[in-house]
Amino acid sequence: MTPKLAIFYFLAAFTVWAGAVVVLGKNIVRAAVALIFSFCGIAALFVLLDADFLAAVQVLIYVGGITILLLFAIMLTSRISVRTVRVINDQVVLSALASLGILAGLAYASVKGIGPLVGPPTIPETTPFLGRELLTTYVLPFEVVSILLLAAMVGAIVLARKE
Amino acid sequence: MTTTLSWLGEQLYGLASRLGLPGIVPFLVILAVAVGVVLAYIAVSCMFLIWWERKISAHIQVRFGPMRVGGWHGWAQSIADAIKLLLKEDIIPSGADKVVFVLAPMVVFAASLASYVTIPWAPGLIVRDLNIGVLYMVAISSLAVVGIIMAGWSSNNKYATLGAIRSAAQAVSYEVPLVLSILGPVMMAGTIRMGGLVDAQAGTWLGFLPRWFVFPQFVAFFVYFTCALAECNRLPFDIPEAESELVAGFHVEYSGMRFAMFFMAEYANMIVVSAIATTLFLGGWKGPWVTLPGLSAELSRGLFGLVWFQAKVYFLLFVMMWLRWTLNRLRVDQLMDFAWKVLLPIAFANLIVTGLVLMLGKEILFYAGGLGLLAAAALVLAARHRPSPTPGAVPAGKVG
Repeated sequence: MTPKLAIFYFLAAFTVWAGAVVVLGKNIVRAAVALIFSFCGIAALFVLLDADFLAAVQVLIYVGGITILLLFAIMLTSRISVRTVRVINDQVVLSALASLGILAGLAYASVKGIGPLVGPPTIPETTPFLGRELLTTYVLPFEVVSILLLAAMVGAIVLARKE
Repeated sequence: MTTTLSWLGEQLYGLASRLGLPGIVPFLVILAVAVGVVLAYIAVSCMFLIWWERKISAHIQVRFGPMRVGGWHGWAQSIADAIKLLLKEDIIPSGADKVVFVLAPMVVFAASLASYVTIPWAPGLIVRDLNIGVLYMVAISSLAVVGIIMAGWSSNNKYATLGAIRSAAQAVSYEVPLVLSILGPVMMAGTIRMGGLVDAQAGTWLGFLPRWFVFPQFVAFFVYFTCALAECNRLPFDIPEAESELVAGFHVEYSGMRFAMFFMAEYANMIVVSAIATTLFLGGWKGPWVTLPGLSAELSRGLFGLVWFQAKVYFLLFVMMWLRWTLNRLRVDQLMDFAWKVLLPIAFANLIVTGLVLMLGKEILFYAGGLGLLAAAALVLAARHRPSPTPGAVPAGKVG
């Protein structure tokens, strides 16, 4: 086993363990903290795939932004962190079917092998490439997403100021 | 410095292959040495900075500060404090969430330790010159807040929780102008590699000023430094741990070595933000150097670079301490207003102007300056013709 493979298995196990704590944890703050570890594990997996830019953005946006806002909201909600939450709800059968389907698909893909949709990347540095592509080839989707986010921001401010 | 380091690395790899060890062993040894050096640097500088801060605060308040331990100006005070903290009983409050409580200081310290990976100390002396250097720094520094929130919540103490909430709000708000201000020098250098940013600052402005980005990007530097103070929870932005209202904020329940980890992480973070400011705005390790007798030109350049970098970092650290003992603490609402209504527009304006100048050339500044003067004159004229509001009257729309 090469060191890289060993690191991959360690990171994969870590990420899955953290994800399991998120889903099965009875305490909502602990679940949120485990979510951070899970995101960090995924960022490390991105680094293994040579997607360093994506990894940094993953940490910056998901850990530094979204999870902190999540924790913020949890702490502002009175006594929610003391209560234990229900882990399993009425749609357990439906979600079990869906996740088993995904598992079957992934197992098929890893055993039989599905050809990659795109060839392996041959970009030495991802950041300049990403920047150039975003502002040339993909400038329209990029701008559409920007406007969507701006609209969401304005909407959030309007909703928050209503009282 | 590069050749010396790579020579050492080759020696190590050669020794390993002669002993029949796999290639990963010398790699791990180099890794361990790098981590050890960085940890030693953090520990020693933290102890020095704590002593220094006590001295500076004392002298600003016309006191002497620690004078007894060790003899000369109480230089051993921090060592005594560290030993005291190490020997203290490890207390975990009975109502605390034990796992999160224990993890929190580790997360905070690990986040600041990880930032040291991409600091360019001297030419060629950098743990790893990542392609995404600046982005990595920004991403890692956002992790510290997570640890602070964990500490605040798991303590099961209302002051700690309040401090954590304040810290989260502050960090999320100040991160936005921080990143925007960093983009100025990044746009000028055209790279986000830390080494590349230092290299882009070689030469001079106008023939006499060193080509540091602080001169064209002084607005960005101001915004960055303000946000960096807030990210480190330093005064005037220390409301997460405001002693007079929150006792000590998020770390009120921590004592002994766990508290020391928070304390060390705070000073380690100060060094990191100063090092980023030095790299991005103050030319990194660049400075005048001469070939020292008995050393190669490259090695003496490296040694001078090391000294220059430390000098710049410690100057910024001194400014941070100076500000701490000079300014008042801001209120929560003032803090938020300042981030979103003052710093953010300034950072955006700086970004737009930088982009325009880079794309259209420097001449645009003259036209823009002329237009700005005209606009200002028009505004002044318009303001003079408007009837002034009655003094003392509440303007409409400001009520409630």
